[in-house]
Amino acid sequence: MQQAESQGPKIGVLAIFLTFSHVTLSSFGSPLFWARRALVERQHWLTEREFVDLLALGQLLPGPNVLNVTVMFGYRFAGWTGAAAAVAGFLGWPCLVVVGMGILYQHYGTLPQVQQALTGMSSVAAGLLLATVIKLSMVLPRHWRPWLFGALAFVGVGIMRWPLLWVMGALAPWAVVAAWKEQQQ
Amino acid sequence: MNPVDLGGLFLHFLILWFLAIGGPSTIFPDIHRYVVDVHHLLTNAEFAEIYTLAQVAPGPNAMYVTMIGWHLAGWLGVAATTIPLLIPATTLTLLVGHLNERYPNAPIGYAIRRGLTPITIGLVFASSTILMRTVNHDWRGYLITLLTVAVVLRKSLNPLWLFAGGALAGILGLV
Repeated sequence: MQQAESQGPKIGVLAIFLTFSHVTLSSFGSPLFWARRALVERQHWLTEREFVDLLALGQLLPGPNVLNVTVMFGYRFAGWTGAAAAVAGFLGWPCLVVVGMGILYQHYGTLPQVQQALTGMSSVAAGLLLATVIKLSMVLPRHWRPWLFGALAFVGVGIMRWPLLWVMGALAPWAVVAAWKEQQQ
Repeated sequence: MNPVDLGGLFLHFLILWFLAIGGPSTIFPDIHRYVVDVHHLLTNAEFAEIYTLAQVAPGPNAMYVTMIGWHLAGWLGVAATTIPLLIPATTLTLLVGHLNERYPNAPIGYAIRRGLTPITIGLVFASSTILMRTVNHDWRGYLITLLTVAVVLRKSLNPLWLFAGGALAGILGLV
């Protein structure tokens, strides 16, 4: 705890709430870009290195990456209330916006023109996700094992449509052990 | 529509969020399987439309689960699908963040990350193919998807422009 708190100055809970509100309301697409800009470039609360470290942890942990960064950041600089303020700012507004959209969708979702626009936009959404995974796969080493694990996960969940819990339970332990052994060599 | 089993929904989403290493896209296939295939709470088209709308909203992409909750059961539905998203981040994340600041160089962290990265990528690839099959009814839909991929891989453009293009193509009857 003491270590955590000595790493940076205390930041006011309100400042944390407002900053993460700003981050989330600016982020169309990935919030990552906006979080880095706010915390590193504008407020200078974190160095580039500290931000990348937090992000790496956020990616390792389950859940939305930037949400994990949000929680750890708030906790590090202002304890429990800081974490709560950061999450409230980061998720509260999108929650309200999405509910507002849900109301509109229930009223106007069946109009033919809305349907047509949504169809076109859905095809774009699929393309964005596919492009993201193509970019992500560039980081995989040119070695058969990671590609085999990736392919098995894809077939199990994407083709066979098995429950994720089974597929992860079967694959994840082997994948981690293999990576661990490789590291020891 | 049948009354929604909110407790079951909550529990299923809770398990999924603990598995969501690599982000929300990895659990997309299982959310689709649960909501559309197993429990028939939404049609394929509704699922795709809600997902798409939430991508256009500000904030994390995962908020489509909130909108699913709203669509199924109002504020109680929002709670049933959104609170599970918060639980790993407030328990596991705080714990690990805490440990990490004590032991910054633990090798197990690297092994887990290196081991799980390929699985994450395979799962996101599964998400994108399921989404493609869900939303695209013929070759024109696939063409828009592939055009999107080509643009995103070459240019850094705000995705909202692409969504606007897709909406226009839809309204003009091109898809």
